[in-house]
Amino acid sequence: MTWGVEGLVVRLGATRAVDGVDLVAEPGRVVAVVGGDGAGKTTLLRALVGGVRPTAGQVRAPERCRTGFMPTAAGVWRDLTVDQNIDFVAAAYGVTGPLLDRRRAALFEVTGLGAARSRLGSQLSGGMRQKLAFGLATLHRPELLVLDEPTTGVDPLSRGDLWRMISRSAYDGAAVVLSTTYLDEAERAAHVLVLADGRPLLAGTPTEVVRATPGTVVRLDGEMPGITTWRRGHERHGWLPPDGPAGTSTDSGQGVAGVLPTKVEPDLEDAVIAASLAREAVDA
Amino acid sequence: MRAMILKEFHELRRDRRTVAMLVVMPIVMLVIFGYAANFSVSSLRTAVVGPDADVLSVAMKVGAPLTSLSPGMGGTPLTTDEQAATDALWNLFDVVRTDVSVSGADAQALVRDNVADVVFDTSTTPTTAYVDGSALFAAQRADAALGRMGTLVDIQILYNPDLKTSWVMVPALIGLVLAFIGTIVTSIGLVRERAAGTLEQLAVMPLRPVDVVLGKIVPYLVITTVEMAIITALGVTIFGVPFRGNVAVFALGALLFLGVVLGIGVLVSTVSQTPAQAIQLAIMVTLPQVLLSGFIFPLEAITEAIRWIGYCLPMTYFVQISQGVMLRGAGIESLWLPFTVLAGMAVVIVTAAVLRFRRTLAGGRS
Repeated sequence: MTWGVEGLVVRLGATRAVDGVDLVAEPGRVVAVVGGDGAGKTTLLRALVGGVRPTAGQVRAPERCRTGFMPTAAGVWRDLTVDQNIDFVAAAYGVTGPLLDRRRAALFEVTGLGAARSRLGSQLSGGMRQKLAFGLATLHRPELLVLDEPTTGVDPLSRGDLWRMISRSAYDGAAVVLSTTYLDEAERAAHVLVLADGRPLLAGTPTEVVRATPGTVVRLDGEMPGITTWRRGHERHGWLPPDGPAGTSTDSGQGVAGVLPTKVEPDLEDAVIAASLAREAVDA
Repeated sequence: MRAMILKEFHELRRDRRTVAMLVVMPIVMLVIFGYAANFSVSSLRTAVVGPDADVLSVAMKVGAPLTSLSPGMGGTPLTTDEQAATDALWNLFDVVRTDVSVSGADAQALVRDNVADVVFDTSTTPTTAYVDGSALFAAQRADAALGRMGTLVDIQILYNPDLKTSWVMVPALIGLVLAFIGTIVTSIGLVRERAAGTLEQLAVMPLRPVDVVLGKIVPYLVITTVEMAIITALGVTIFGVPFRGNVAVFALGALLFLGVVLGIGVLVSTVSQTPAQAIQLAIMVTLPQVLLSGFIFPLEAITEAIRWIGYCLPMTYFVQISQGVMLRGAGIESLWLPFTVLAGMAVVIVTAAVLRFRRTLAGGRS
């Protein structure tokens, strides 16, 4: 059984937060929804779990008791202890008795939360809190697992832990849909959907998305007029549209300070930035 | 739903400020309002009963000499000043009923059932004036005016013989605490969930909206009921306030009133984004109830336009019920009006609150 949305439009007030988006979530597969702030990631995920009504289009999702949702920067009751959080969510999803004991033990084993079981949600570190939130969202082993920015604001080590937990859920057969602003994370997903202003920008496997990069991504050693650049590690990358930027061309090769743009193989981050710039150029 | 209620209690226990408010506010109010200020009124609803009721009633209207209180005594002509003073005195008594067939215990019943603030019973010699001590401000004024009639009238202050402010304040205070706690704490409980982002999660969990709403309301219903019992007990023991009426009638009134204030709390929470906003709004809707429900400023003394605001506030009716039951031992028959109004308000507000809250849960962000 596959889940997802088709031609989804969600209007929030006057704005179209999501505007014609398709997404397919299959068991055992992780789909990453990528995009900047206000791109429509959260609205898309909330529509998928039934938290917001679609204006148009189809939403296919299992019943609520077979769906798991982890909202942005929340999902944990801050005035409840770790154990009380687990008890409440377990009761809501009807997980009881020995099954609950086993799941609780499994969660403590993976996350190390057992040592903090009587601590309040508000007293947990950011990473621990996100791991608990993930644990709560998956306590009932949902068929569809929806995670809204699960790793935002989490240290690199905890991010690694969270990704191990996410991969484990997918391996166990859950269809996972998550949003992220980290493109290196999105590369670990089976399928990537890039959103900009509520509209789909790119979609496919990470390789397909990279292959579809519009124009040319180049490496520069300094600023160059007419070219938008971004920093990648110790390098600076720039984007040249397919038909060449106005007033410059790759052939002339000479920058103001004598810098020479060199063509590079784009990765996912380059691809997303290039696609955004191409979209802006078209919209302008 | 049990899980929701348990969770709410666990969360409430951790919220020190709210717990402090639950404990401190009733004590502060009990101290402050137990010793509140007095105000006077300019007119007293008066009934004249007994065999000579019609004579006395007419005498009052025309401003006859005070000797009219004892028919047959006759009188000497009054000076102009004395006549003016007499007129002013009689003007205070606004006759709402004249009945020659009532006397004695039935005359007292007119006071108990709040037909009049003062009842002149001419079946005794001298005429007895029964004064409703539970209508404190009216009673104080009546006591002063009747005192000037000297031995011509026997003053009997019923239900609050020493005219103690605390006796009328404590029943009203019960309503005040219910209103504050019910409205403010309920709205905080819901808004806290929204501000923390966990309302989103509740909305997509397999909980019925009615479970979420009731899970949120029931804990506060329990808490406010306990608080009400404690304040009532404190009022009776510390201030010696009598509890003359039927506890069940009182409980029914309190339950209806709680339904209204908890409903208002839920409504406040659906239009507030943060606990601070919720508290502001809750205070805004609660403050008029303190000032305009007739227990600090007598409703009869308020300008007519503003008085109508008072008539729209649930507290006005709860105060009538609590004072009536506790002090006068009034039954549900004589309190049918406040009971009917409160019941109507409870139905409308609770329905509106549940509908709005369901929309908040289903419709995502507002």
